[in-house]
Amino acid sequence: MIWCLAALGVLFASAIAALILRTHLYATLGALLAALLALPAAFAVLAGAHFADVVVPWGQPLGEIRLGLDPLSAFFAIPLLALGATCAAYGAAYLRSRCVPAALFNVLAGAMLLVLLARDGIVFLVAWELMTLASYGLVTFDHAQPEVRRAGWVYLVASHLGVACILSAFLLLGDSTLSFADFARHGTPVAATLAVIGFGVKAGVVPLHVWLPEAHAAAPSHVSALMSAVLIKLGIYGLLRTISFVPAFPWGPVLLALGSAGALVGIALAFYQRDIKRALAYSTVENAGIVLIGLGLGMWGAAHGRPAIAALGLAGGLLHVWNHAVVKCLLFLAAGGLVHGAGTRDLEQMGGLGARMPRLARMLVLGGVAIAALPPLGAFASEWLIYVGLLHGNTQPLLFVVAALATAGAMAALCFVRVIGIALLGHPRSRAAADAHEPGRGLVGPAVVLAALAIAMPFAAPLAVRAIAPVAAQLGADLDVAAVDEALAPALILSGAVWLGGILAFLAIRRVVRRRRAAETWGCGYTAPSPRMQYTAASFAEGLHRLLPRALRAKVEAAPPAELFPSPARLAVDRRDPFTRAAYEPLLDRLARRFSQLRWVQQGLLHIYILYVVIAVVLGLVIVTLRDGWAS
Amino acid sequence: MGIVIAALLKVAIILAAPPLLLGVIARVKARIAGRVGPPLLQPYFDIAKLLRKDSVISPTTSWLFVAGPAIALVAALIAAALVPVGDGGALWAFDGDFIALAYVLGLARFFTVAAALDTGSSFEGMGAAREATFACLAEPAFVLGLLAVAHATGSVSLSAFLGPSLASVWTGAGASSVLVAGGLLVVLLAENSRIPVDDPTTHLELTMVHEVMVLDHGGPLLGVVLYGAAIKLFVFATLLVKLAVPIHGGALAWLAYLGGLAVAAIAIGVIESVTARLRMSHVPAFLLAATLLCGLAVVLQAR
Repeated sequence: MIWCLAALGVLFASAIAALILRTHLYATLGALLAALLALPAAFAVLAGAHFADVVVPWGQPLGEIRLGLDPLSAFFAIPLLALGATCAAYGAAYLRSRCVPAALFNVLAGAMLLVLLARDGIVFLVAWELMTLASYGLVTFDHAQPEVRRAGWVYLVASHLGVACILSAFLLLGDSTLSFADFARHGTPVAATLAVIGFGVKAGVVPLHVWLPEAHAAAPSHVSALMSAVLIKLGIYGLLRTISFVPAFPWGPVLLALGSAGALVGIALAFYQRDIKRALAYSTVENAGIVLIGLGLGMWGAAHGRPAIAALGLAGGLLHVWNHAVVKCLLFLAAGGLVHGAGTRDLEQMGGLGARMPRLARMLVLGGVAIAALPPLGAFASEWLIYVGLLHGNTQPLLFVVAALATAGAMAALCFVRVIGIALLGHPRSRAAADAHEPGRGLVGPAVVLAALAIAMPFAAPLAVRAIAPVAAQLGADLDVAAVDEALAPALILSGAVWLGGILAFLAIRRVVRRRRAAETWGCGYTAPSPRMQYTAASFAEGLHRLLPRALRAKVEAAPPAELFPSPARLAVDRRDPFTRAAYEPLLDRLARRFSQLRWVQQGLLHIYILYVVIAVVLGLVIVTLRDGWAS
Repeated sequence: MGIVIAALLKVAIILAAPPLLLGVIARVKARIAGRVGPPLLQPYFDIAKLLRKDSVISPTTSWLFVAGPAIALVAALIAAALVPVGDGGALWAFDGDFIALAYVLGLARFFTVAAALDTGSSFEGMGAAREATFACLAEPAFVLGLLAVAHATGSVSLSAFLGPSLASVWTGAGASSVLVAGGLLVVLLAENSRIPVDDPTTHLELTMVHEVMVLDHGGPLLGVVLYGAAIKLFVFATLLVKLAVPIHGGALAWLAYLGGLAVAAIAIGVIESVTARLRMSHVPAFLLAATLLCGLAVVLQAR
């Protein structure tokens, strides 16, 4: 425990040092040092060690300050510390000598660690708010651009609406104190619902995900990586804490429904994005959905007395948290390299980057296969556990969840083969892409480390399952490790077979095609091909995009040439989030108009305001008196 | 000992039989069209010839261009190991193996599509987009169809629910089995680029799906692609035959299986001869119909 506090101190102190000494070096070193300090402690907790809570003898209004590290916290702290250090190293190369973002990055990491350690509502909310503000500062790093400021604004508003819900939930749960230890006694469905909404905003639960694509596209790549990999997961952490506070709630059906909707809607919005980072952000929404499906299955199994299914669901869902964190971090860091090299986030301006940055391209291909949950990489093992659990559940609703998950899987494959194919393969689509070059070692190195992790993850899954067992126990499910191992074994053998067979077949066929001639791509008889004739990102997604429900489609305004002779034509595609476009913006506009009618309340005169205070106090007294009179 | 011999027999069938299905289909189509048709073993000759040829490779391409056919072949072989060939289960059976089957074929598709985009050709991009799009529509049909059977039998492994317990499903829940068989037939036609979804013999690149994706693969690479595609067809045909012919145990089961495969190939040939290819924009409706059939099969089992 003391090591975690030391890590916390190092993170904040190094941020201050970086600001005072105006060098990012201290911040980067601080992030690395914090990881070294606290990671062993976190692993020790998952291995079964117990640390006493640290109680600070400092009376705050609603109880004492209490910090602790239990398995649930440790489980989320591990990706935070490990990926935080990786992203910090990348950030040092990415933003070179900027000290403010490096300091903010450490504040963000420290705040997230504090969220995990907090054992009472006050510290939790303060840390939560600090986390939001620090990430806001990082998201609006490029604040000269108006769309970045807009993204920051959306993020800030959404986060605070979420915080309002969390605060209300805590006030309902707490009685005289806001200590987590007392929360379990006051669990009500209303509090649970509020917590689901509040934490759902951070976790990217559909339809509360609207801030996510904006913020992830606007932020520097290593910040997007950390946000997608860890910050989103803290929403899930909050949900899991709430589950332990309010066990008597239909968690299984709620999480399964939210998860299925998130997986399908997330990937349906991801595959037609033009901006590579927006596509990755929407895929995070999908994966948060998959995690929720796993956790929901776990809760369903626990509630229906099916411990084997509960074990598979929880193990799959929690393992997916780790897998997705690693893979999405890898993808964002690799995408950051592409954006750096090609000078744009627009897929339509990329192309042919694979030949220009071969190492980074391999990482991106690996990440694409992994995030689509295809064997033999990362997310396959965790999704596999969820599948097996759902199949063993064998009730009709669960079977439809299987179909939803499989459909989302096919769409994810389309989404990421599109990103890879359009960005890396073919001919360059712009001058900048043609002149792109491989970024330096500082930008490729972290991605290589993460790629190695993504390769190792499925084979390390049995170990990870053992680490998950205490977390599941804390959530009230007895994890049968042997049963999970049995379910996991085919996935591991399959992964091994795919690696072995794939490499052997690749080498064999490459030998056979050694006798070769080079000739241009067959142009079907056309003799003057140009890179602009290639299939574009938009045309690749067009077929499936047209099949989406209208509510999820991009808004296309087309005025094709209508007359006999060519006339000016126009095509505008609005790829803003359809929920923002169709629901939130009109709703908020209407609210703003209604509230503007209350402007007359603000007279700007001091004595009027004093009158308001007097009226409020009198009203309050009247209400209290009446209530007490009623009670007696 | 018997087990080993059976396993070896299955491996031999998996490796040797698939191109024969293509030969049968071609022969049936030729006969219906009034021609003599190529020899039944023509696909083997084609593959052997292609493997001996030189390669012509576009300078635009990268290692993915070679990886596409390689991984597609390996994935198809793994998929073939998961389906219950002949009698007595698959070479490798485990709980949820049909999901693994779908994901392995998904991996093959991922790399085939990437290899197509690797050439930078607009036509191949078009085929790749269509292949990936139709896969998103065929996936729920495939999974729901097999889930319906799994739900009826209460087991979640292909070898178990397409095994001895299947007969009781046909007597108990025949309606939903018919629906599933119909849905899986549509998936077979779509996944293996047969008419009415795709025309493997067309000569217009604009109307192709699978063939246009491999336009630039020639020589040995095309041979590998052809062989992989044949194995994939064999996998789907096996699933359909095992579902439709619930006979188990002994030589009769083997006979029924091999006869079923022949009938399936002939049926595909007949379908290809008597139907026209759908307009590309009508294919999604065709696949959604299959999804609905299979979804209905799941719902029908609510009792």
